Amino acid sequence: MSYFLLFFSAAIVNNFVLSYFLGICPFVGVSKRVSSAVSMGMAVTFVMLITAVVTWLIYHLILVPFKVEILEYVSFILVIASLVQLVEMFIRKMSKPLYDTLGIYLPLITTNCAILGLALFSVLRDYAFWESVVFGLGAGAGFTLALVIMAGIREELELAPIPKYFQGAGITMIVAGGLALAFMGFAGMI
Amino acid sequence: MSSSLSLKAEFIKGLWKENPVMASLLGLCPTLAVTNASMNGLAMGLATTFVLLSSSLMISALRNFIPHQVRIAGYIVIIATFVTVADRFLAAYFPAISATLGPYIPLIVVNCIILGRQEAFSSRNGIGRSLLDSLGMGVGFIMVLVVLGSIRELLGSGSIFGFAILGDWFTPWMVMILPPGAFLTLGILIALANWYNDPSRSKARKVVS
Repeated sequence: MSYFLLFFSAAIVNNFVLSYFLGICPFVGVSKRVSSAVSMGMAVTFVMLITAVVTWLIYHLILVPFKVEILEYVSFILVIASLVQLVEMFIRKMSKPLYDTLGIYLPLITTNCAILGLALFSVLRDYAFWESVVFGLGAGAGFTLALVIMAGIREELELAPIPKYFQGAGITMIVAGGLALAFMGFAGMI
Repeated sequence: MSSSLSLKAEFIKGLWKENPVMASLLGLCPTLAVTNASMNGLAMGLATTFVLLSSSLMISALRNFIPHQVRIAGYIVIIATFVTVADRFLAAYFPAISATLGPYIPLIVVNCIILGRQEAFSSRNGIGRSLLDSLGMGVGFIMVLVVLGSIRELLGSGSIFGFAILGDWFTPWMVMILPPGAFLTLGILIALANWYNDPSRSKARKVVS
């Protein structure tokens, strides 16, 4: 599969949020304002890219040669948790403005299932190194896209008369359903 | 800090009042992803409950030995270990279910219900209470998954647990077993739960009766 196709498929056709249901928690939690949705999306994309590189190296250079693939989950989640901390410290030292935009979202990313899902999918589909990097970028772009569209809709929704019992989580789910329906339109493209 | 609820209340609260999905909106990823059939929902719920129970047992037993600063990392390692156990068990004994659920079984590691219960409950309470609390939460989670899975399977394939319920006259609503159906069904269920829990409604009901 060409890299472009892989990127497009991860970002649009098989969108992580809307067709794999990964990263629903931030999707519901951090999608009230477009500005915070953009920051969260950038933070997730950044961590996804690093995770794709590091977990690929760990799986293929450590777990496979030593025949301990069974430790896949334990090692991936530990690596992701410490990676997020490392990235947070690094950004705080290196760039104050970047830290102010992304800072509060970084700790949340550890328990974002999209990150672990990314690592698991690239092992499951047996991606080569560059494929898994492109896959990580695409998944991050797709996550950002879904989050930003959702935040845009929710900003408008504040002015809409929503039935009492649907306010909050209920209407968010219904809107997400509509979005997922729209994204299904891309299904035939690949 | 230990909880003052009676042992029975410790179990009951997870079923409805503090139900992990309906009340706290935790664990939404598996809730939405695997509920295209009742059986998948049940399998996912059982696997999650197993991990929840065993890690609660382990963490409440070790709660005085885990240093406070590294507790989250410790919990994650314990949870990931039990998830590996559940994953290998399903792959060995129920290969069909394991293949259907795919990466969603390993993703139990990042299910916020499990980490949330460890942080909020098992790390502060004894083994007995922690197990009851986890069992309540687990059963509450299974209930939501099975209800959601049954509704989607009934409307999307005309069956429940694989048994045909609706006859040949019924045209399956394909959309219900596809991703949008999951969001729509859960949205409507949450609205129904809000309606049921509405204090003004129950007050009105009491006045009438």
